[in-house]
Order: sequence, then structure tokens, then C-alpha cells
Amino acid sequence: MTESSSKGHRTPGKPHSGVLTYLAGLGFAIVLTLASFWAAGTNAIWEPAVPILLAALAIGQMGVHVVFFFHLSSGPGDTNNLLALIFGVFVVGLVVFGSILIMSNLDANMVPMDKLMKMQR
Amino acid sequence: MFGKLTWDAIPFTQPIPMAASLGVILVIGAIIALVLWKGWTRYLWDEWITSVDHKRLGVMYALLALVMLIRGFVDALMMRSQLAIAAGGAQGYLPPEHYNQIFSAHGTIMIFFVAMPFVIGLMNFAVPLQLGIRDVAFPVLNSVSFWLTASGVLLVNLSLVLGSFARTGWLVYPPLSELAYSPDVGVDYYLWAVQISGVGTLLTGINFTTTILKLRAPGMGYGRMPIFCWTALASNLLIVAAFPILTATLAMLLLDRYLGFHFFTTDAGGHAMMYINLIWAWGHPEVYILILPAFGVFSEVIATFSGKPLFGYRSMVAATLAICVLSFMVWLHHFFTMGSGADVNAFFGVMTMIIAVPTGVKVFNWLFTLYGGRVRFATPLLWTLGFMCTFVIGGMTGVLLSIPPADFVLHNSLFLVAHFHNVIIGGVLFGAFAGYIYWFPKAFGFTLDERLGKAAFWCWLVGFYLAFMPLYALGLMGATRRMQHYHETGWQPLMLVAMAGALVILAGIVLIGLQLYVSIRSRTSRLDRTGDPWNGRTLEWSIPSPPPPWNFSVEPRVQGADAYWGMKQAGKEAAAQEPQWQDIHLPRSTPVGVVLAFFATFFGFAMIWHIWWLAIAGLAGLTVTALVHAWRVDSEITVPALQIGEYERRRRNT
Repeated sequence: MTESSSKGHRTPGKPHSGVLTYLAGLGFAIVLTLASFWAAGTNAIWEPAVPILLAALAIGQMGVHVVFFFHLSSGPGDTNNLLALIFGVFVVGLVVFGSILIMSNLDANMVPMDKLMKMQR
Repeated sequence: MFGKLTWDAIPFTQPIPMAASLGVILVIGAIIALVLWKGWTRYLWDEWITSVDHKRLGVMYALLALVMLIRGFVDALMMRSQLAIAAGGAQGYLPPEHYNQIFSAHGTIMIFFVAMPFVIGLMNFAVPLQLGIRDVAFPVLNSVSFWLTASGVLLVNLSLVLGSFARTGWLVYPPLSELAYSPDVGVDYYLWAVQISGVGTLLTGINFTTTILKLRAPGMGYGRMPIFCWTALASNLLIVAAFPILTATLAMLLLDRYLGFHFFTTDAGGHAMMYINLIWAWGHPEVYILILPAFGVFSEVIATFSGKPLFGYRSMVAATLAICVLSFMVWLHHFFTMGSGADVNAFFGVMTMIIAVPTGVKVFNWLFTLYGGRVRFATPLLWTLGFMCTFVIGGMTGVLLSIPPADFVLHNSLFLVAHFHNVIIGGVLFGAFAGYIYWFPKAFGFTLDERLGKAAFWCWLVGFYLAFMPLYALGLMGATRRMQHYHETGWQPLMLVAMAGALVILAGIVLIGLQLYVSIRSRTSRLDRTGDPWNGRTLEWSIPSPPPPWNFSVEPRVQGADAYWGMKQAGKEAAAQEPQWQDIHLPRSTPVGVVLAFFATFFGFAMIWHIWWLAIAGLAGLTVTALVHAWRVDSEITVPALQIGEYERRRRNT
């Protein structure tokens, strides 16, 4: 995996894959974007399910970008990039989930000021 | 025209900041005069300011850190002397308004502008040499990173002369840092300085992660990488993951202050606790960003001066990566008392205790490396041994603080202050000094004076214990942090001991300066002609000191762990035939880093003082500079094979 660099420094990267891949990615991205706009405005779906659908579409959109535009694959040459992505997703998940946990727990435990005033009366 | 900036911004009525600013201005003026008088401008510009050589940048980072260490230490001395006299009814000599700025500036400077640049400087210098490569992945970006850090430093120091610094502590907690309670420019100085240098740090993280993952000498698989490179990798992964959180959090506070948003205000649905939550989601990994490279330095130093390979290389790597991940799962322990329930507090408390396990693995690995080794007690090893004793104590008090009920008693006390100085001085700073002395001969081609180095070490060690052990006791007695005076006269004797400790540390700092001066004066008698003054094990010792701009005339082929040790054992160096020299391509020097930082400084300054036209001009300058650089045609220079051959022949003949 070590990139030999007889020329001193060289920015790492891979040759670009064909235009077709990009077009396919663009197609998927457009379809997912349109689907999101449709989901937000439609009455065809049970309303509480809309945010979940939007989240699912957004995750799919990220997947399309990662695969078609960043060319991330599960091949052996891509282990570093894949690990970096997993680490990034893990950290973001940790911070988001942890913040929700901490802040909701805090709100449940702390009495709001106006209620506190009422209790004192 | 000049926004909020008027003549009132200069603190004419306050003698202490006035005298300090005059002193600083005089020193800077004297240095500029000296440079002009000696005609060094050209040399400095060509060889240092516009350099994209990772070794030069590493040296400049370390120099920046040392200069700022003096600034931060002056703040520390002022705090210690204030508390030594402000007992009973006395108010000391620093009014609360000024004292609050001092402790805020001390924390900000020591973390962002001493510890970070020092650690990044060591990584800059040593990582490419240890990996056996000619530069980092993005050399120009590296220079941009450095100059953006310098820009942040400049803004922090400007607050001494113009306006004031934050009075809110080093992490500017809202609601105190909101416009309603801190209406002056202090918090803005903090925010823009940290934002600008934070961008530089993030770029460093990306640069070094890429370098370590993608550019290693042929044969250097992950299992053969020097442990310092492993810890640097972990540290830079943490930078990439954590610094965006800092930037986003501070950006939200900026929006609150500049555009009337309500992310963290007490009204209109804002939640100040969210800031504290987010800032520590960055802040705890930050601690490990600093300490992990220091662990790497200690590992290299112990292996070298014990004359044997590091004990438990694989467990060391595993422990480093475990810390890397765990450091993201403990941040609530910085605010146990904020109001979360027992279950959440208990979870984060337990996670915090778990971090002690990989750290313990490391300590035992170092002990077992020393065990049975042929140990040479040179200065870098002394710093390392001092670290091991001191850091274990700091770690123990850390585990104590990680127990939520204990933290409820000890939080915000001097016990906490003693704990984090115990790990940051005893860990990061000792590591930085060990690395500084260890790699100095490599950087400059001569060794540092051992006798003065040892004296400096002992002053720091003794001074540290004198200065901070009393704070543990005072914290248990109930003394709080950030207090400007106290009524309990019983605390004063311990405060005086702490003051004496700070003076002993001062002696240590003076001795480090003296060591540098004496060593430069007597450099001809202490030249390192072999390139391997410590009998080292890793690739940086296989090349001359100081290394040529291209580092390695021939790309090294790595055959195993401790690559250079293996080469020495095999006797390759002596037997080698003169190889076929080849042209080497190096990145060309460019002023883009310093020009970007120039505009960034003006932009930050303009934003702080609400000088909108200057802010727009600064932003335009940044954009144009970046665009001009993007369209450059000629970014490389070629060192001809002939010149390399000549260099190598001259080196072998002397």
C-alpha cells in the first residue's frame, strides 16, 4: 500500500474513471433530490413518516456521492479511505447521539426557571 | 471609518499592560532593526518566510511556541504573585478586571499557541524524516498552516496593546461570553484568533494524515512505522475529526455576537449548555491531540537511550489507536455538574476510567523497554523519566476526578487546576522539551549543552512539584480556580510555596534560553559530523545533520522495524558503492502562506473592531491570493544529479 515516490512529493490520487460513471452518479443524485422535494410536498405519505423518508433519501444521496464522485470502493487499494470514512461517520454519530443524550437528560433533570419559581411560592 | 477603534482602545491609564506593550514593541523594533542593519532580510525571506521545507517550518513552529511560552509564563507568574499577596483583606496588585484577562489569556496561549505549535513543529520536523520521504504530501499547504497559526498569535498579542482580551476563561463559556455580558472586543479577539489558527491546524491535520497514510519509503509497511509516526497519525486523525467541531461551535457564538442569533443566549430559546457540550466534544480529543505525539517522543527516546527496540510495539500501536477512539467518548466528564442525571454521568465516568487502561499499557511498555537496557542518562531521557513519574500522578488524580461524586466536590477547585497542569506540563511540555533536545542536533548540526540541559530539567521538575502540589492541597481545602483574592489567610503559606515553585520554573526557562545561547556560541566544538549523535534507530539518523533540502539523496529501502538500526547492524553504510545519482524534484518556495496570513490578520482585526471596509478588503485579498496561487505554472525546482553527487562525496570525505 505504500506509494513509492521516487519523485519526492506527489499528491496522491487515482486516475479518473469514465464520464459514464459521473453521468450515472449525476442521474442518481438528481432522482434522489427530486424525490426529496416530492416527499416534502406530497400528501400521499403518512405525515409523520415524511422526516424519516427524507433522512433515508439524504443518506442515499451521501452514498451516491461517496461511490460515484469520491470513487470509494471496498477494494484493497481503498482500505485507508474506507477506514477514514468509517472513523468520520463514527465520530459524527457519537457527537450527535451523545449531544442528544446529554441535552435531553439535562432537560429532564433540570427544572425550568418558571416552574422553579412556582414551586417556591 | 475605524469602526469601534478609537484612542480609548489603548490602555493609557493602566500601567501594567502599557509597560508590557511598550516592552514588546521595543523588542520587536530591536529585532527588525537588527535584521535590517545586518542585511538579513533577503536571507530570511528566501530561506525561511517563503520556505515550504517541512524542516524549516518545524523549526519555525518550535520557535513560535518557545516565544509564546514566555508570554504565557509571564501571565502565570503574575497570577501566582497576585495570589501570594492577596490574602485576608488584601486585594493584591491586579484588579479583577485585569486578573480575569490574564487567566483567560494564559489558558488560550498555552494550549493554542504553545502546546499546539510545539507538538505540530516536532511532527513537521521528524515525521517525513522518519518515514524516509522528501517532504509532506502538500508542502505549500504546510506553509499556509504555519502562517495562519502565526496570524492567530499576532491577534492574541495585539489585544495587549489595543483593547482588551476575554475575561471569560480560556473556553469563553456563554452566557458570559455573549454580547449582553461581554460587550467589548475581548471575546472577539479570542474568537477570531482561534478561528484563524484553527483553520491552520485543520489543514495540518489533513496534510499529515495524507502524508503518513500515502507517502512512506518503500518497504515501510504499517508494522514498521516508527512509533512517533503512529502517534502523529492518531493525533492528526483526531485533528481532522475534532477541529471542525471547534470551528462550528465558535462560528455559532460569532453569529450570536455579530448577527443577533440565539444559539447560546439565555433568551429566545438559546441554550448555553449546548455550547459547553459542543466545545468539550472538541476539547477532550484536543487533550489527546497534544499528548499522543508526546507519547511518541517518549517512546523514541526510551528506545534510543536504552539501546533496544521498544517493548511491545504492537500493544503500543493498539493502545494509541484505542486512546484515539476512546477520547471521543468521554467529553461529559468536563461538565459532570452541569445537571445530567446519574446514569449519563456514570457512563461517561466509566468511559473516562477505561482510558487509563491503554495509557497504563504504555507506561508499562516504557518501563519494560528500560528494563535490561543499556540506559544512557542523557537529557532527553531525563525529561522522559521525569514525565513517567509526574504523569502517573496526574493520571491518578484524573481517574479520581472521573468519579462523578468526587468531581462534584472538586470541580472548579485548584485541585482540578493542579490535575490538568500535572498532565499538560508533566506530559505535553516535558515531551516537547525531550523532542526539542533529541532532534535539535538533527535540525542544526550540533548538540545542545548537556550540563545546562540537565540543570534546566531539574529546575522544571522541582519547580513543577513546588508549584502544583500545594494547589492539590489548596483545592481540597476549598480554594477555587479563577479567584482574584481570598479571605482565608491559612491558605497563604501554600500559595507562597506555589509562587516559589513558579520562580524555580522561571529558572528552568532561563536555563533553556542560556543552553541555546551557550550551545550556539560553542557550536564548532560540538558539531555532529556523523548525523547520528545518539546512536539512533530510525531513518532520520541515517542522513547528515542538518539534512540537505532533499532529505534523502537515495530513497531508503526499509527492511524491517527500526529501519536504521537494521542498516547499521548489516553494515550497509560502509559497504555501499557510490550509487547512480538521480535528479530530485522539490517544491518551490512560495510566499502564498505569508501573504494569506497577512490578509487573514487584517480580516480578523477588522472583524474584531467592526471595520467593515477593511474586512471586505482582507477577504478580497485572501480570495485573490488563493486564485493567483491556483493558476501558478511553475511549482517545482529540480536539484540536478550532479549537485547531489557532489554533496554526498564532500560529506563522505569529511
